[in-house]
Amino acid sequence: MSARQLGHLNNYLSFSLVDGPGNRFVLFLQGCNFNCVVCHNPYTISLCDGCEVCIPACPENALSVGSNIQLDVNLTTCTDCDICVDVCPSDSTPLSRYVTVEEMLDAMRPTAAFLSGVTVSGGEATQQPQFVFDLFSAIKADPELNRLTTFIDSNGAASQEVWELLAPVTDGVMLDLKALDPQTHLEMTGSPNTEVLSSIRYLSQIDKLYEVRLLVVPGANDSPDALAETAEWLHSVDPKVPLKIIGFRKHGTRPEADVFEEPTTSHMAGIGTRFEDTGFKDVLVI
Amino acid sequence: MQMEEFKAKAQEVVTDPKMSFHQRRHYMAYLAESSLDYPEISDECAHALEKQIICDLFEGNAPYRPRYLLPDYQKALAQGSKFLELEPPTDFDDALTFLLILYTQVPSITGYPVYLGDLDSLLMAYVDDVSDEHLYKSLRRFWISLDRMLPDAFVHTNIGPHDNRVARMILRLERELYQVVPNVTLKVDPEITPDDLIEDGVRTVFENGKPHFVNHPLMTRDLGDKYGVVSCYNSLKRGGGSHTLVRMNLREVALQHTGDIDSFFETTLPHYAELTAELTEARIRFLVEEAKFYEHDFLAVEGLIDIDNFSAMYGIYGLAECVNILLANTGSEATYGHDQTANDLSYRITKAVSEFVESRPMPYTEGNNGRCFLHSQSGIDSDLQVSAGTRIPIGTEPSMFEHIEAVAPHHDFFAAGVSDIFHVEETARRNPEAMVDIIRGAFAKGMRDFTFNLTTNGFIRITGYLVRKSDVAAFDEEGGRHGSTLFGAGSVENSHVEDRAVKRVGVRERTPAGSSQ
Repeated sequence: MSARQLGHLNNYLSFSLVDGPGNRFVLFLQGCNFNCVVCHNPYTISLCDGCEVCIPACPENALSVGSNIQLDVNLTTCTDCDICVDVCPSDSTPLSRYVTVEEMLDAMRPTAAFLSGVTVSGGEATQQPQFVFDLFSAIKADPELNRLTTFIDSNGAASQEVWELLAPVTDGVMLDLKALDPQTHLEMTGSPNTEVLSSIRYLSQIDKLYEVRLLVVPGANDSPDALAETAEWLHSVDPKVPLKIIGFRKHGTRPEADVFEEPTTSHMAGIGTRFEDTGFKDVLVI
Repeated sequence: MQMEEFKAKAQEVVTDPKMSFHQRRHYMAYLAESSLDYPEISDECAHALEKQIICDLFEGNAPYRPRYLLPDYQKALAQGSKFLELEPPTDFDDALTFLLILYTQVPSITGYPVYLGDLDSLLMAYVDDVSDEHLYKSLRRFWISLDRMLPDAFVHTNIGPHDNRVARMILRLERELYQVVPNVTLKVDPEITPDDLIEDGVRTVFENGKPHFVNHPLMTRDLGDKYGVVSCYNSLKRGGGSHTLVRMNLREVALQHTGDIDSFFETTLPHYAELTAELTEARIRFLVEEAKFYEHDFLAVEGLIDIDNFSAMYGIYGLAECVNILLANTGSEATYGHDQTANDLSYRITKAVSEFVESRPMPYTEGNNGRCFLHSQSGIDSDLQVSAGTRIPIGTEPSMFEHIEAVAPHHDFFAAGVSDIFHVEETARRNPEAMVDIIRGAFAKGMRDFTFNLTTNGFIRITGYLVRKSDVAAFDEEGGRHGSTLFGAGSVENSHVEDRAVKRVGVRERTPAGSSQ
């Protein structure tokens, strides 16, 4: 058997109530192909380039030049103060690390009895398709873990080849649609949405689309026309898909997101109603 | 108590404007009982009782009714009652009326019945030809009657482990009525209870803080399948109960100890464990041999209880403080719930107490083969600086998984009940299936009994993004800079539990008569 792919991990959570159905083990992979203005976890966007700016900034002297490009972190002296993340000039972190599939399976075992499944998030999980495939395959093949469902939380910017690879070992995909309008999408994420729309269509066709998340950023993507077009397009693709409509929140975002306001509860409720009126039965507004 | 002192106290009670007529009568009875001599105990035992190293929970000097009894309501419904001049009910509404009448005749330490029966299985026999509308209306009326007629928070009913329409309706009424009474336990058998029913229970917890979830296979292992969870999470045999509950304050026991940890197990702990047993025995003997409750009460005469199904509860509390004190004496800073050495010491303590209870014969405890049942006592409101039972001190609980791992090993020992409360993020409200996962996982780890609390004042992940530990620290220090944005919308208006009217309803076990003296 060939060696399994290493995963580049930012962090994992043993218990999560907010990353798919039931209680889930969540891996946040490092690296994202979008650069969203409103990103909540900008330090997961880039891979560490070894610039070493963070080394002298660390008050605990827990960082040092590593054997390869990744820095070494002394986890016993690290206090999780995140100053290294704050000083990083490249939206990255010295705290991400390479992990094996086996390491991750072992991390899941103690809490497996408490879980519905495993979710791979990010960063952007589909940027590491081979690792995700190897991980999910190993879960499905493991007698202790194979009852766990496997989900991907994705920005949707992945090719059909990637989904074809992952689909046989993936139970569901939660996919973000930041904007239907190509120009708006480009402004919000730095990338076109062609692949996102194709992914939604394709995953719906193969019955792997668990939910679509719509982010509402007031003034950016919530004009009545944009919402109406989004509702109409989604309805034409998959009228039964569950929708989660999520209001923008400033927590964790970079200074460039300061120009946006958080939506009010009533504004969000109105948007929820609009989608329900279009015919969607399962709409959750957060 | 001298006559003058008695009169002064009685005068105080009958003129206390804060007490209702029923409360005054309850306290007057307690005063009268307190004027009698305590059952005969050794000086050492009396001293430990006076110092509250061991505690009789202010049950009174002359026990004349068992602390908890669990009538066999199924038998009562089948045979009717001569004493109450009631024929066996033949339809649903008659069955409800029959039970309501019977409840008023069931004593306990609180004066109110602590067990209402496994109401879903009791009532299922009567609902075949009852429409949903009829079921709803009659059960709703019955549920309101329970809360208004038996206003004590320790009045308790059980449902499950099988799914049925009465259990579903009870959960629906719980979500609808927001009553304190009755307390509810959902028996869960992972093989029998569908996820869907557990999830219904979880949704009910989010609305009304009830039910607790109990591990049915573990309960039947220890008590047989005829058991009930009553009062404050005391599990006992149906048709039986517990004569008394005496508890040992492990914090105080640790404070009495001088020497190393091993000598605690050789001297101090067994010494107070025996004094606890001595007190228990004296109280049981008075109830059975002097008050002769089991010879004359109609519940015994009509076979709804049988002394052979009784035992007594042997309680412990303050385990956390005991562990931390013993370790501090050795210069260690390890604390219960957070460090393996502390957790290991805690298991050693409960195991030692369990072995003691199993080896100590006790009269009139045929319900548990001549021994007491071990109980992790969850406290009364006069307890200060001491944690309930085997719980981790409030506010210092670790993350849920660590929490479960730390406390679960204790649950095996406590046949007569132990319970924990886990604090979960407000976001759980949107994902009740996750709580079903956690319930199943906790039972797989050996938990016996627990429930959840929603925390609405913490740092919460709204959806799938990470929250950095440094943010959590900042949040704690700055008192919620992000608070308004991070709390799930609607959390405050949905937490009905805090603003429900509790004044009318007593908590007679937590605030027993005499506990303030």
